[in-house]
Amino acid sequence: MRTEYDIVVVGGGPAGSTTARFSKTENNSVALFEKDREIGIPVRCAEATSELCLRNLVPLDPKWIANTITKARLIAPDGKEVNLNLPVGGIILHRRLFDSGLAEIAANLGVEVFTKAYVHRIEPDENQRWKVFVRHLDREYLIKAKIVIAADGVESRVARWAGIKSQTLLKDIESCAQVLLGNVDVVDERIDFYISSKLAPGGYVWVFPKGNRTANVGLGVNGAQTLQKCSLDLLNDFIDEKFPGAARLTTVAGGVPVAKSLKKIAADGLLIVGDAARQVNPVSGGGILAAITAGKIAGAVAAKAININDWSLKVLKEYQTEWDKGAGKDYTLFYHIKGWITQLSDEYYNEIAEMLHKIPPSEVNLLTIFKIALRKKPALVLDAVKLFAKMI
Amino acid sequence: MIQINSDHCDLCGTCLSVCPVDCIELTETKLNIDESACTKCQLCVRICPFKALKLVG
Repeated sequence: MRTEYDIVVVGGGPAGSTTARFSKTENNSVALFEKDREIGIPVRCAEATSELCLRNLVPLDPKWIANTITKARLIAPDGKEVNLNLPVGGIILHRRLFDSGLAEIAANLGVEVFTKAYVHRIEPDENQRWKVFVRHLDREYLIKAKIVIAADGVESRVARWAGIKSQTLLKDIESCAQVLLGNVDVVDERIDFYISSKLAPGGYVWVFPKGNRTANVGLGVNGAQTLQKCSLDLLNDFIDEKFPGAARLTTVAGGVPVAKSLKKIAADGLLIVGDAARQVNPVSGGGILAAITAGKIAGAVAAKAININDWSLKVLKEYQTEWDKGAGKDYTLFYHIKGWITQLSDEYYNEIAEMLHKIPPSEVNLLTIFKIALRKKPALVLDAVKLFAKMI
Repeated sequence: MIQINSDHCDLCGTCLSVCPVDCIELTETKLNIDESACTKCQLCVRICPFKALKLVG
């Protein structure tokens, strides 16, 4: 480990590795610090993403893909099912392979990767550099960095130490539990969503098949609607009822930000990416694509800043501008839609499912679902118009 | 004080994201709460997916 780096990335998830990769050039030094012992573990993720979108962003190694998805099934609170074909192919990743694969790509470009390296403080020094305090295998290191990338996940503190408010409101976070189930009968090409205030208030239950009779089964409860029973208790009830006899191969907890991304994601010598910046699709809770999209921009901007020897906000704000006018804009719209969705009652969902049942299954797609939802709730029209204007 | 049940805690860090005073620390193997800074607001208790935190005393 050197005593100085141009760029220090805190966190070895997709956001951190992608930023590290795109920030590395032949003329700069980049270190990535991951607090856990292994990149990619534990997997706190339902692992679903879109094949098309990811292919545009990374060279996709087939080993990273556990399963391919073409269909979705939505189950209303009263048990009524709505089946639809996905407009874009979906994939279920092996996140542990995916994450370590992304870190390997960065490492092969010359990024120095350290695990069991816990950053516990950053402070500005008098020369426009950061003092980064790292504990690595029982030793304390003080490292100087020109740019720090905060990619330290939902639990992020790096941005806070730099004076940026990143506390998330309860209503803007989902309290999640997930079990990798084995010995289950699931349809491999279909993902299932259960929507019900009894099963998962202000969230949903997911069943994402991973092949070989396994599936990620989990749920999220909106932070403002948590009950006496915690997410894990609710999940265990669901599994006992729907998958009796299944094996619980892994159990994990996790928080998913369903917030607007942070207002300030760039500062002098600092960029915030991924969950740490609350860059997540607030409707689905999906964050992989956002993390990679942000990491790509942040990495390029950081590389440029080092190259021209100016890492002040004046240069780094290009990341903020690019994010805000691209994905950030879409996610802000999704955030408003999420606000509306979390208000809907079980009866409302049951009625939508009932109406969809009168349509031939081949004609059911996301658009018809949306149209029916609109007919019942005209207040959504404005958001919908914006959304579709964007898609076209 | 907020008591951590380390048998239940999965070290997921969700509590850190809602803490208004940044008094929770998460390392690879441990969750620590700085009692002197904690305001006992219990947002962490409410958000914990595994109910590993509770207010005592």
